[in-house]
Amino acid sequence: MTKSALAAEIAEPDYLHAPTKFKGLFGWIFSTDHKRIAILYLATMMLFFLVAVILGVLMRVELFSSGRTIVDPQTYNQMFTLHGVIMIFLFIIPGMPAVFGNFMLPLMIGAKDVFFPRLNLFSWWLFLAGALTVVVSLFLPGGPSDTGWTFYVPYSIRTTTNVIPALAGAFILGFSSILTGLNFITTIHRMRAPGMSWFKMPLFIWAIYSTAWVQILATPVIGITLLLVTIERLFGIGIFDPAMGGDPVLYQHLFWMYSHPAVYIMILPALGVVSEIIPVFARRTIFGYKFIAYSSIAIASVGSLVWAHHMFTVGMSNTGMFVFSLLTFLVAIPSAIKVFNWIATLYKGSILIDVPLLFVLSMIVQFCIGGFTGLMLGALAVNIHVTDTYFVVAHFHYVMFGGAGFALFAAMHYWFPKMFGRMIRRKPAMIGWLLMTVGFNMFYFTMFILGYLGMPRRYYDSLPEFLPLHRIASVGSWILAAGIFLVVANLFISIRRGAKAPMNPWGGKTLEWTVPSPPPVENFHEIPSVITGPYDYSEYEKPEAGE
Amino acid sequence: MSKAAAVSHTHRDDEGSRIGMWLFLFTELILFGGMFIVYAVYRFKHFDEFRIAGAELDVFIGTLNTLILLTSSWTVVMSIAAIRRGKKILSMSLLSATIVLAFFFLVNKYFEWSHKIAHGIYPKSPELMKKPAGEILYFGLYYMMTGLHALHVIIGMIILGFMLVFIARNVINQDSFVKLEAGGLYWHLVDIIWIFLFPLFYLIH
Amino acid sequence: MQHQNKTNDAGYGEYTLVWLGLLGLTGLTVALAGIDLGRWVIATALVIAGIKSMFVLNIFMHLKSEDRLFRIFTAVAVVTLAIFFILTFFDYAFA
Repeated sequence: MTKSALAAEIAEPDYLHAPTKFKGLFGWIFSTDHKRIAILYLATMMLFFLVAVILGVLMRVELFSSGRTIVDPQTYNQMFTLHGVIMIFLFIIPGMPAVFGNFMLPLMIGAKDVFFPRLNLFSWWLFLAGALTVVVSLFLPGGPSDTGWTFYVPYSIRTTTNVIPALAGAFILGFSSILTGLNFITTIHRMRAPGMSWFKMPLFIWAIYSTAWVQILATPVIGITLLLVTIERLFGIGIFDPAMGGDPVLYQHLFWMYSHPAVYIMILPALGVVSEIIPVFARRTIFGYKFIAYSSIAIASVGSLVWAHHMFTVGMSNTGMFVFSLLTFLVAIPSAIKVFNWIATLYKGSILIDVPLLFVLSMIVQFCIGGFTGLMLGALAVNIHVTDTYFVVAHFHYVMFGGAGFALFAAMHYWFPKMFGRMIRRKPAMIGWLLMTVGFNMFYFTMFILGYLGMPRRYYDSLPEFLPLHRIASVGSWILAAGIFLVVANLFISIRRGAKAPMNPWGGKTLEWTVPSPPPVENFHEIPSVITGPYDYSEYEKPEAGE
Repeated sequence: MSKAAAVSHTHRDDEGSRIGMWLFLFTELILFGGMFIVYAVYRFKHFDEFRIAGAELDVFIGTLNTLILLTSSWTVVMSIAAIRRGKKILSMSLLSATIVLAFFFLVNKYFEWSHKIAHGIYPKSPELMKKPAGEILYFGLYYMMTGLHALHVIIGMIILGFMLVFIARNVINQDSFVKLEAGGLYWHLVDIIWIFLFPLFYLIH
Repeated sequence: MQHQNKTNDAGYGEYTLVWLGLLGLTGLTVALAGIDLGRWVIATALVIAGIKSMFVLNIFMHLKSEDRLFRIFTAVAVVTLAIFFILTFFDYAFA
């Protein structure tokens, strides 16, 4: 990009201040600008995230001492259901693609917007509608669903709590997710800047692309499954009701046919973010670009074939168990390829320690622990011992929060200057990171031990011998929550008080760093031409160019 | 805003729009695919009971509806061919014919369902509950799958109705008809789903 | 941009022929249902349904004349669904 083009762009108002058709809030909720839509998602998502964090903390308070501490068993059941539904459907599934995918995808591929801008806004409206439908279930007589986020039949067709609003909410949220995926695939195929061939795309875009395919091909299965449970509750057609010959195990097959790939909707963009941040902060060209790109596709495809490893204790056929166990082990290969390549990139790099990289480093370690325990769970013999214990809960929190969640915070700190035009205040962010990492591991690693000793999940009480470990976990959860609140508060304060961000504060090489922070409404004054790959740090790697 | 809108108009990309539509069709395919998996599993588990229950459906009405839907698919594709040649009136008549045929399909479906309900076969009916599990599941699936398909027919009618208005107002015209193509694609998918539903429910016994 | 649409048109005649073919295949599948084919009943019915949908996909939905990308996408979707079927039956078929 030439200097004169830059000067022309700086004169344009940025997307946060540009005049809009409607005033105030309406200028946001009716805006088809992908950047504004991303901010809308960010705001709604963070709100729900904090609610679910509070629910989690309350559950840990309940488990701090024996017997009833603050809530009765029924309320506890409703709390973990709500915690799960919010965290899964309202936070971590839409999180990465809808916030950072929306904001960064057009910027990173050199486009002015996504392919279907109005559909993009419609997706957010659906997201809001789905979220409100879930919220409504809290206030109807009967109270929120107590089934767990998995809605297993036959309990979900018998319980008197408000299962239908929760199902309908998840259905609408799924539809929103599908439309986002559809939009992204079309955008990536049709709107890349001239010269940006597939292997010159940033790795985050590869991750978003694979994720979008999972969103499109897996989400409809949960749609039809939740619809069937709704119809079952309303009319009693018998499809999942064992009293009429229905097969509850078939429900579990269909449920996990989506919900396991959904795990990859959560983790793939997170892995993409790590692949973005590491080369920038190591000042090195990414090691094994093609391997990382292909491994995203491989994780998305093999990951869609492993769903029944959630069901090893329901009485599947031995052949089925064997096949699904084998396929589960296969997913480890592309995941490990990514980790090896990241480490190889860091090796001999000129590493710049800053908040985004700290979150990424925690993420890599925690993702590895989550991944290895995933292999343990994929082994049939171990699985039967620890099914439905805290071991499983700890495993998926290590992957979902230790992996995807920490990567989300890394992305937040990495792209914040671009999104808001301000730098994040570094000191509180570092303290927040430290609290989160210490609290997280103290909390969930203890849960691995508890689970291995036999503590079942979803119990509001525990046997006396588990109490000391429960107390360690609870204290860990409070440290974690304190870290989260500190980090989030710091983000909010930095929006107003942070130092003005330059165009490229971290020295990134991808296209989003070639536009002003925050970007103008149309992103690029003129569509850039791409010549080199996305992480060209060759000037740092040549010994004679050392500065 | 208006500036961004102007940009997207100058950048017309019909092929991209069709990619988006096809991706949406895949989600519909998988949505029904989930139901077909349920059907396959229960047919496998209750093979004979499915055959007995299947014999109770009216092959004539099923065949008639198949012919209606296939014809409606033909009229919609002819309507696109007509607008491509600038024949607005012909295109509108063919599209109207599609909507009328869809309506006939639903009328037949209505009579078929009411006939079954009159014979006491509907979810949780005492008559149905006396039957073995496989037959309960068969009729549960029958109502669910044909019902979901009928819902798609209704949505398709609404979409094609909008297309009719768009042609009348020249929003869809000889130079720009990707909207009509997208509506047509949706309608053909609804047809394909029925192409599979028809033998699985009406013919195999 | 217009040239992108010019390819996607088979003409009134071909559409009508395909429509007549579809009606014919419907007649065939109904006729075959009257004969007791034993365990081939499901297979024949599904093969005919498959042929019919190939016609609709290729001619009515223009998959044949679209860019290769459309056919790759369709294959990905259909194969995914097929794999869902096969893996589910790894449980049920060996139960």
